[in-house]
Amino acid sequence: MENNWPLYEVFIRSKNGLSHKHVGSLHAADAEMALENARDVYTRRNEGVSIWVVKAADIKASDPADGDFLFEPASDKIYRHPTFYDVPDAVKHM
Amino acid sequence: MTQISSLEERFLQIIDADEKIEPKDWMPEEYRKTLIRQISQHAHSEIVGMLPEGNWITRAPSLKRKLALLAKVQDEAGHGLYLYSACETLGIDRSTLLDQLHTGKAKYSSIFNYPTLTWADMGAIGWLVDGAAIMNQVPLCRCSYGPYARAMVRVCKEESFHQRQGYEIMTVLCKGSAEQKALAQDALNRWWWPSLMMFGPNDADSTHSEWSMRWKIKRFSNDELRQRFVDMTVPQAELIGLTIPDPDLKFNSDKNGYDFGPINWDEFWEVVKGNGPCNEERLKARIDAHEKGQWVREAAAAYALKQQQKSTISKIA
Amino acid sequence: MELNRKKFILQWADNSMILGQRLSEWCGHGPVLEQDIALTNIALDLIGEARYLYQLLASEEGTSEDDYPFLRKESEFYNLLLVEQPNEDWAYTMIRQVIFDHFHYYFLSEVMKCADSQLADIAAKSVKEVRYHLKFSSEWVIRLGDGTVESNQRMQKAVDDMAKFAAEPYLPSEADVWMQDFQQGPDLNNLKAIADKALYEIIEEAKLQWPDQQTIRKGGKEGRHSEHMGYLLATMQYMQRAYPGLDW
Repeated sequence: MENNWPLYEVFIRSKNGLSHKHVGSLHAADAEMALENARDVYTRRNEGVSIWVVKAADIKASDPADGDFLFEPASDKIYRHPTFYDVPDAVKHM
Repeated sequence: MTQISSLEERFLQIIDADEKIEPKDWMPEEYRKTLIRQISQHAHSEIVGMLPEGNWITRAPSLKRKLALLAKVQDEAGHGLYLYSACETLGIDRSTLLDQLHTGKAKYSSIFNYPTLTWADMGAIGWLVDGAAIMNQVPLCRCSYGPYARAMVRVCKEESFHQRQGYEIMTVLCKGSAEQKALAQDALNRWWWPSLMMFGPNDADSTHSEWSMRWKIKRFSNDELRQRFVDMTVPQAELIGLTIPDPDLKFNSDKNGYDFGPINWDEFWEVVKGNGPCNEERLKARIDAHEKGQWVREAAAAYALKQQQKSTISKIA
Repeated sequence: MELNRKKFILQWADNSMILGQRLSEWCGHGPVLEQDIALTNIALDLIGEARYLYQLLASEEGTSEDDYPFLRKESEFYNLLLVEQPNEDWAYTMIRQVIFDHFHYYFLSEVMKCADSQLADIAAKSVKEVRYHLKFSSEWVIRLGDGTVESNQRMQKAVDDMAKFAAEPYLPSEADVWMQDFQQGPDLNNLKAIADKALYEIIEEAKLQWPDQQTIRKGGKEGRHSEHMGYLLATMQYMQRAYPGLDW
């Protein structure tokens, strides 16, 4: 009988207005248990108001070896950034 | 071959630029192995480290002390968990790591093979053992492996109360009756040298250090950290009227730090080899907990599987 | 202070204190690291709850909070026999917990509404934690009852052995009656109906059988304990007995 419980990744929203952030992982037999354990393990000091748990096996991750074609093309597209555009100094905020 | 060397070059560039290596990045096999060894040893130390202090939870002398100790030992479980998680990102699962602990293949910090004989040992452990651990751990927050560094940030943040509660216990004992002060001194006498040993062998005899430093897993040498610990701790002992059990201890104004006597490395290696006062008890306690939990883990897994099947069936229907 | 009130507070505080002490024995020995942490949280909640109550008594009687757990004799503790029973294994621990949590949760839900505002406040604070305990133990009982053949057998044995302690919480002591009559405290008969119904639903969902015919073990509320209690106190009070009158 399999008794190695699956790994869950834990994401916590530390307060409303912020997005959930990955904080670590844990093992649990099912999602409900994972949620409770996440509460017990990762919010012992009031660190959160909301928890997500996701089975680690269900996460599809990009391959770092593909980094050059996935992410580098964006690095020379500076026209996506506001500082690419000149506006007169008199315009204070834009 | 050329591909490997270019990967290795890229890897070292990342290290040299003080950037982080993440789980799926290419890394030299030796780097991975070193990390697994170090992180798992660290995780095992947290878990085995629960036992000597756990020994006094049921006998803590006040409600305040009981709650603090319980929370502290629980933190250690949490730290073990963060570290096992970090280790698992390197492609080894927790059950394998636990097997390595239970079969004696993996080591844990020798300090936990010493017995906790009196309540004062809770003070000494918090003050000295956690103090030494923090000394070791703070630089690890900047370690080159991302998941380890992040786990250590969490650990260090939580550890800060541990040392304080230990020192507070010692302070109260030193202000108490003569018998209480004697308990505190006795605990210091027994824990001082093992605490110094926690930093590992002298630099000249340390086998793993060179690469660990190159790869920025480790940032300071064993002897550097040990010296810092002594310099920090001696004044704290004096402040509460305790005597460090080292006749050779003397302030050296040239190096602006303390000279201290030789460490009994024979004792250290004996304990590492398994001949410390509590090696057998500690390992047995861990194995017992694991074996007695076997049916619980199996049952929960079986139940989860049944629920999954039920929901699949209801979806099909 | 009204003696009945003090006795009522001690019954309540001692339950949480003694069960917290028992659960803390698990710390470092749990079946999985995650569960070790979870159970320790429950222990911390319970001892914390007891501490609030001891502090209340201490402030009214001019004593110290530690006098109550560490200096009273066995016969001066008024906790239920249930909570002093040994941990045995995870099955016993969870069954003991689920029985206690059902009582504890519904009990606090009523004390919250009583006329004694100090007690009501402490109950209101604790009930949130206990709601979580109840969820935790109920889920574990279901998981293990409906897990494997072995786990079902172990759980059934634990139920068979612990059921005799399940009625005592609802047998009113004089203090309970006084609280109900004069402070709008819990009506234990009413409580029993609600709590038992909820408990039996969990037991059924867990594919376990609650024994029909059962003996009832009682005496805790009057200070007559099982033999386990003396050893528990010998451990818990060791420091005060070995080094009387010192601060730690």
